[in-house]
Formats: sequence, C-alpha cells, structure tokens
Amino acid sequence: MSYRLRIDPIRCDGAGLCAEMLPELIGLDDWGYPILDGTPVGQALLPLARKTVAACPVLALRLEAVDHR
Amino acid sequence: MTTSTWLPPLEWLGPPADGYRLLARVPADGVARSLNEHRRDAPPPPAPRRRPRSELLDSIEQSGLRGHGGAGFPTGTKLRAVAAQGRRPIVVVNGAESEPVSAKDRLLLMTMPHLVIDGAVVAASAVGAKTVIVCVKRTARGSLESLERALAERNGTDGVDLRVVAIPPRYVAGEETALVHFLNGGPAKPTITPPRPFERGVDGQPTLVQNVETLAHMAQIAAYGPRWFREAGTADEPGTTLLTVGHRVYEVGFGTTLASILVASDVVEPLAGVLVGGYFGAWLAPAAISDARVSNPDLRARGAAIGCGAIMPLAARQCALVESARVVHWLARENAGQCGPCVNGLAAIANTFTAMVAGRADGRMAQQLVRWCSEIEGRGACRHPDGAIRFLRSAVSVFADDLERHMQGRPCAGVHERPVLPVPATGEQWR
Repeated sequence: MSYRLRIDPIRCDGAGLCAEMLPELIGLDDWGYPILDGTPVGQALLPLARKTVAACPVLALRLEAVDHR
Repeated sequence: MTTSTWLPPLEWLGPPADGYRLLARVPADGVARSLNEHRRDAPPPPAPRRRPRSELLDSIEQSGLRGHGGAGFPTGTKLRAVAAQGRRPIVVVNGAESEPVSAKDRLLLMTMPHLVIDGAVVAASAVGAKTVIVCVKRTARGSLESLERALAERNGTDGVDLRVVAIPPRYVAGEETALVHFLNGGPAKPTITPPRPFERGVDGQPTLVQNVETLAHMAQIAAYGPRWFREAGTADEPGTTLLTVGHRVYEVGFGTTLASILVASDVVEPLAGVLVGGYFGAWLAPAAISDARVSNPDLRARGAAIGCGAIMPLAARQCALVESARVVHWLARENAGQCGPCVNGLAAIANTFTAMVAGRADGRMAQQLVRWCSEIEGRGACRHPDGAIRFLRSAVSVFADDLERHMQGRPCAGVHERPVLPVPATGEQWR
C-alpha cells in the first residue's frame, strides 16, 4: 500500500500553505496554485504529508491510498 | 462556403454501399417527422422492465457503437457499467451540443425527435431505467418545441417517465458531471470525479448520460440489429457518423476520406487548414487533408480526433492564427470559474498567444506559453483546460511558419478578412 496526494481543484483557492510545508512534493504555478509531482508519497515524508493535508485551510488536499494489487 | 443558417440545409452523402441511416428520412422541409410517419419504418422500442434487458446490452455491445458526443467511449461498456450498479438508473439525453460549429444534434432533435426518443427508451430498457431526462440548451427553442410536441404525441405510451429540461447555454454545461450537477439543483458546472455519473448521478442514482446522435444509432441497432449496423463503416469502427461541415450536416460511414467530404460539400478553394472535432479538436494542415480519413485511429496519428464530428474548413485567404486566437479567448472565457489553473491559466495563455499573433511578443513569452500549457494540462476538475490546450497546441504546430512571421511583425494578409469561426455570446447564467 502506498499513498498519493490529490487536490480538489474546485475547493483549492491557492492559499499555498501546502507548497510551503511540503516543497519536496508540491510546487506552485505562476498564480499560486499547487502543482503535484504525482509520485507516491514515500514513507519518510508520510507524517509531513499528513500534517500538510490537515493544514489546508479549505480542505482541498487529500492523501489517497493507492492499491497496487 | 455557405454562411451560417439557423437550421442547416440538408445534404446527403456517402458511398451508396453505406446508404444514409440517421438522415435517410429527414423531411426535406425541415419540419419534424410526426410519430405516425416515424412508425412507418421504425418499430416501437422495447419497453423497460424491472431489470436490465440483457439482449439489448448484447446487441449494442456487438454493434461496436461508440459515443458521438466527443469522447468516443464504447457505448456497450458504458451501458453495462450503469446496469451493473444494481440500483434503478436514470437516463440523461445530452442534447447540449455546446460546440459552436456543430449542428448535428440540433438537426436530429428538430427533424427526427422520435428517433432520438426511441433511442432513449432503448437505453432505458437496456439498463433498467424508468426515467429519461432530455437536456437541451435553453436557447435552442426549435429543439425544445420539437421535443415537447413529440412527447405529447407519444402520450406516455413508452412505459418510461420522459421529460425535457432546459439547461443554461454555457460551453461546459454539456459536460456530463455539469449536467448531473444542474439536474440535482446546482449550477451547470462540472464537479470532481469520482464519483462518476454512472456510479452516483441524478438523485444519487446510477446515471447514463448519452449524446443525442448516439441514442439515434441505438434506436436503429435495436430495430435492425447489430449485423445491419456493422454493414457500414469499417470492421474496427462500424457504422456511420454525422458530420457538421461548415454549418451543413452530412452522414458518412467511418473510414470515408476527408477529401471526398470536402469535395461533396463544395469546398473547392485553397485551404489554410481544416479544424476537426470542434473547439476541443485540432487543426489539420492542407498536406494532411488529402489522405486523412474519418477514422479515429487515422486522425489520432495526425493529432486530431472526430470528437463531436464538427469539421471546419478554413479558406487560405483567412488567417488561421487570428481565428485560433479568437477561439482560445472564447474557450478561456467559457471556464466555469471554479479551478485556479483553468481560470488564470487559460486567460494568460489566450493573452500571450494573442500577443504573439499580433507581433507584440518575444521568444521568452513563447517559451512561457509552452510551459504554461504543460503545467495547466490535467489540473482542472473537468477536461475543459485540456481541450483548450489541445486546440492551441495544434494551432501553434500546424501554423508554425505563419506564427514565426506574425511574431516578426509580418502577419498574413488574412488578418484583414472578417473572421469566420463563430464565438457566440453565451451570457453569465449557470442556473
């Protein structure tokens, strides 16, 4: 089981906290909206990723389990 | 080219082996065919039962029919996904026809409403639905009136609850999650997926959203059989497709050459290019037109797709870049105001591209355009930004030499011509 970040682009209003907290996986475009690199979240970054998800002021960021089967 | 008319004049085309199907009995006067006339050659569709009708699911699957709304998804697969949900589904007829250069769905609704409704009843029977909602733009008065008259003629004899809903005339309102959102009482704007409508749609029920033309084909498959359906087109892409070519509607078998369609529609002047698939489609260069076919594998190899079947030949005297810049601006303005990358990104892309076309941009801005395109793609809740970017990229690549000259301050003579690609006013209403 691995995890991946996902953004609800309708909820997201570009606060940018996520890119501040987790620059390893999240960048910002020229208007301050997050760009995810799309790679699975490694074990080392998982705790920080959870905190980042919790920090989003509009709850637009989610950590999803990826089922590899 | 003929100018745009509200009801496109009809012409039929195609090798005799294909014959005309959907358009075979369209009345020459453009007045809707009545139920009595329609029933002379079209048997009544099988009424829905409590459960999905597996014989219909099999027929549709064997026919090889794919959706004619734009995505080209296999219809049989979609029906089975809805039928497999195990709860009473709802059928939504998508008659939004948002593409400004497409007229085929409107033609069917205005002249052959009973063929479309037959198809919707077939779809309902196939998946076990008892409710059919036909969605048409509020501004499509002719289609709305034709449908209301047709439903009155049928008088509830189909064993299905059939109703018509007028939707806001916005480009993305025809996107399937936007239709569902509107039917559930929200604005006609897309929602995030999952859930997809087939899982949870109108009133939370599994919902089959199917394009008008696709349903008309389904009516004929149910009436005449999948084997008959496969007699037209190719083994890989069976059947026929409607095409709107420069505001006129044609029906051809899949695999027909694009050149023969252009000849038949009186396009004789030299072309700058052909826009295939509407504003979510792509440009084909004149050199690619001679051997291109109405076939998705063939067109995809050229960076295009049939999409909604709208084909817009652009005369060489027009400036394809000015036309493209106007369309990109229009698409940018038609965003739903929801997702940051689409709202901000498409506007920036449209402005930069226009600056390049107008000779007001440098190489750095051109590079920025390329970067923005790849950053924005895939970051909307729906595919609106992706479609706009596909269109823009094809303009930049097909007309690369022209763009180079424009950027050097040497635009083509066509910039002084009156633009021909329509960019209709759509208003601000989402409800």
